[in-house]
Amino acid sequence: MSQDFRLENVGSINRDKKLSFKFNGKKYFGYEGDTLASALLANGVHLVGRSFKYHRPRGFFGAGVDEPYAIVQLYRNNETEPNIKATEQELFDGLEAKSVNCWPSVNFDIGAINNFLKIFLPAGFYYKTFMWPKSFWYKVYEPFIRKAAGLGVASTKHDKERYEHKYEYCDLLIAGSGPSGLSSAYAAAKNGAKVILAEDKPRFGGSLLTSDVNIGNQSGKDWAEGIVAELKTMPNVVVKNRSQIFGYYDHNMLVMSEKVSDHLPKTKKYHPNKRLWYIRAKEVLISSGSIERPIVFGNNDTPGVMLSSAAKEYLKVYGVLVGRNPLVFTNNDSGYETAIEFKKHGVDPIILDSRKNPTSEIIDEAKELGIKIKNSYVVVAAKGYKKVKSADIASISEDKKKLGKIENIKCDCICVSGFWTPSIHLASQSGNKTKFKEEIDAFVPGTSKQNETTLGAANGIFSLEETLKTSFEAGSELSKKITEKNNQVSVPNVVEKKSSVHDKFWCVPLPAGKNYKRFLDFQNDVAVSDIEIALKEGYRSIEHVKRYTTLGMATDQGKTSNLNGLQLVSEIENKVVPAVGHTTFRPPYTPISIGAIVGREVGKHSKPTRKSPMHAWHEKNNAVFVDAGVWLRPRYYKKGNENLFEGSKREAKNVRSNVGVCDVTTLGKIDIKGPDAAELLNRVYTNAWLKLPVGKARYGVMLREDGIVMDDGTTTRISENHYHMTTTTAQAANVLSHLEYYLQLVWPELNVNVVSTTEQWAGAAIAGPKSRDLLQKLFPNLDVSNDGLPFMGYMEGDLFGVKARIFRISFSGELAYEVNVESDNGNFMWEKIIEIGEEFKIQPYGTEALSTLRIEMGHVAGSELDGRTIPYDNALEGLVSKKKDFIGKRSLQRSAFTAENRQRIVGVVPIDKKTSIPEGSHLVKDANAPLPNPKLGHISASCWSVEYDNPFSLAILKDGKNMIGEKLFVMSPLKNKVIPVEIVSSHYVDPKGERVRS
Amino acid sequence: MLYIKCPHCGMRPQIEFSYGGDATVKRPELNKEISDQEWDDFVYNRKSLRGKHLELWQHLSGCRQWIKVERDTATHEIFKTFKANEEVA
Repeated sequence: MSQDFRLENVGSINRDKKLSFKFNGKKYFGYEGDTLASALLANGVHLVGRSFKYHRPRGFFGAGVDEPYAIVQLYRNNETEPNIKATEQELFDGLEAKSVNCWPSVNFDIGAINNFLKIFLPAGFYYKTFMWPKSFWYKVYEPFIRKAAGLGVASTKHDKERYEHKYEYCDLLIAGSGPSGLSSAYAAAKNGAKVILAEDKPRFGGSLLTSDVNIGNQSGKDWAEGIVAELKTMPNVVVKNRSQIFGYYDHNMLVMSEKVSDHLPKTKKYHPNKRLWYIRAKEVLISSGSIERPIVFGNNDTPGVMLSSAAKEYLKVYGVLVGRNPLVFTNNDSGYETAIEFKKHGVDPIILDSRKNPTSEIIDEAKELGIKIKNSYVVVAAKGYKKVKSADIASISEDKKKLGKIENIKCDCICVSGFWTPSIHLASQSGNKTKFKEEIDAFVPGTSKQNETTLGAANGIFSLEETLKTSFEAGSELSKKITEKNNQVSVPNVVEKKSSVHDKFWCVPLPAGKNYKRFLDFQNDVAVSDIEIALKEGYRSIEHVKRYTTLGMATDQGKTSNLNGLQLVSEIENKVVPAVGHTTFRPPYTPISIGAIVGREVGKHSKPTRKSPMHAWHEKNNAVFVDAGVWLRPRYYKKGNENLFEGSKREAKNVRSNVGVCDVTTLGKIDIKGPDAAELLNRVYTNAWLKLPVGKARYGVMLREDGIVMDDGTTTRISENHYHMTTTTAQAANVLSHLEYYLQLVWPELNVNVVSTTEQWAGAAIAGPKSRDLLQKLFPNLDVSNDGLPFMGYMEGDLFGVKARIFRISFSGELAYEVNVESDNGNFMWEKIIEIGEEFKIQPYGTEALSTLRIEMGHVAGSELDGRTIPYDNALEGLVSKKKDFIGKRSLQRSAFTAENRQRIVGVVPIDKKTSIPEGSHLVKDANAPLPNPKLGHISASCWSVEYDNPFSLAILKDGKNMIGEKLFVMSPLKNKVIPVEIVSSHYVDPKGERVRS
Repeated sequence: MLYIKCPHCGMRPQIEFSYGGDATVKRPELNKEISDQEWDDFVYNRKSLRGKHLELWQHLSGCRQWIKVERDTATHEIFKTFKANEEVA
């Protein structure tokens, strides 16, 4: 297909590089430098989608970020992405795109019947139509809305693209590379400031790319190119295109999304798809320009109706004519600029100007060129369904209330200009309270809230000369404050044509007897009538009107609709616009890919992976790993075809009968030193610590101030003023912060230092009746007999030349030891233990066997210390000192904590001694009681007891103390299980604790 | 994201810190008899202030010091930061 609407030798596209692409399955051609929108328009394609609510045909309205309609589903490199604006998507070879919001096709859309049912889809129709009967919501309404709504389909595949995050600091961050952005960047850069200049489009220059102006004896475009080229050579300047600053957050932090690869058929190797920049700037210059405002008239959503600035941009940047028979409808001089460009390129436009008799240099030029101008004329309605074919026009009275006789004139596009709206989004996000500027009928930033300065059109300044002057000045002054340099740069001469004032006119009245839809918000199909209904129904706050009618919502966030909406509300309410106020501007300014927000923190990268020094050995020996916090721990070591149950049972049995070894490196370790170390422990733990001798370990429980158990572990007195604390794997970081809190803030008089040594030590637990024999062989020179190294004893030794710490502590309930060596020697230690342990039938055991061993011994762990239990609940009240005070003690006096029937840990055995009990199940008295069946407790941990060869669980049970011997039921609705059980002691094996002391 | 001046390390982004609650709460002395009400006030009862608020932060991924930060809870403006043992004027 040929590009019938492409002009020769116009625009800044690369005509040497022809690109092919597909839209809705049909093949077209465009050029490098095109957007999908400009390429489609070059091919005469105006119909790109269907509207959200009424499924009306829609085309292109803008040429950039403000586009409300032309949203497509993009296919690139076997991936698909919804919600892509055709006006922003750069063309690449092989691009494929499809219309959204239509079925079966954009040309024949069944949903368009909504257009004829529109009486049933008024403002707030979601709330009105789908309310009753209530039961219809899940089965009928919701699925229907889900199918009908939405602007595309998200991919269900894993996203193969990579996204990066970058943190950056700068002196001046400049948002937008139009005349004000370039001027201020240049002036600041000359003063040596570190500058970041960001432009969301591929090309720098903003309005200079399309306006007919002269700066320093060059065209605006050439001047911009020169400045950008020079900025790029300066080491203190970062110049970024395709980079949208979309959010202004606290303390001058702005976030920018850089589209690194979207303009390429495929992301280059080692390149990200997008890069999210977190930029902390000393000063922020907002030069985000302005967006043209539409004038509202009948059927103003017909494809072919577009902003006059967009038509000019398609012509000047892309060499594309949006029509051969254009009608320009304007209330200011901008429409004339577009008409002049048409005329210069051999097309005869007609201008309808709502003003009666305007005069200016621009208007004079249009007249000299012989352009036909009709003053006090308006478009009443566009005619044509899938494309503008003609327009009903009429003269309008001076008060803009009465229309003259309606005439129909042929045209193939309507370029509309209702003056300009400054893009104040970033300024407003910074906390700046905006103010209404009467002369331009729009809001502009007020007093700076953070270190932000708004320049040029974004600040409501539309004269180029004034923009350059103020922007050069701002760049100089702000950078001077930071760099203390003052290199003057002169402001270049500006030649621009003077314009006259615009007409405060924004909506064409309906002609008698006609009921045209006059759209305010194109993306959400919000028409003038919808706002009128909302106000009639009593909605007053602009925030409520927005949410009820959806005005200004969705992906374009009302960039072209907000002000016209406000005008309408203020007119009906008989208020001035500033009294109505605008809705809050919130980031992001444009839609941002979820992938960019997530960055590299996906899958395995979502958190760090910690591995013990023995990890390689575990891997070699068929360990099946489990995530334990951020650690990877062996769950069991698979032998042959063993499953988890069989493997862990074998390992646990071997501990009970011979000896096993378990990697306990992951335990939190805190080194505590200082003359007041014992006093600190005494205040932190519930039990007494002042009399612990050197060379002894003690088990301790620590509470939060609210009396809930925070953590448990053993602490060993290494020497007079030196202690080694262990914490659970999960709580290691919290316990350290907890200690630091009390030492730094509450008891700064204590002379103690704490530091994490978790990574410094590798640990191996050796457990089982033969562990002492093994230990003796590992340390032949030490007396490790029951007298030499008693239970809870500690000694230091030499493990074949490696310094080792030996603790006689036990988690398994067996005779057991823990050996620690410096991490670098961890693997050496482990291999020695395995090698020498062979004669004692040693087997490594993982966390599953570890759990089994501790559960059947009734030792508590994370599943009991779950942030809801006090020492009594865990049968640890014996460790609570009555004599001394400690963190959380006062809370234990709370009446709920001292209640007679307080919950308490118990053991649970199924009556049939066969059925495994799911963790998390509830305990009830009567399995057949009506719902809600009162819950007496829950199963915290389950195992298969290797001692008794039947299932055994721990539970936290109401009045657990008096429940031993009771018969209850375990219920797990999730697993659909009801199991009759007997309550027993939580100390199922070796209740007197003889083994650990043997 | 806030930009917090650690009195020990200088200006640092919020991600290096963790929040620690109201800095004006004083822990009752050890071994002192106190009423249920006093203890409840210490453990649970907090004012949810709008405006200037003195709060604790820990420079977790930095010097690990607990610091006091005077911050406006509505605007996020930070007026001043203090070391743990510094008197708040």
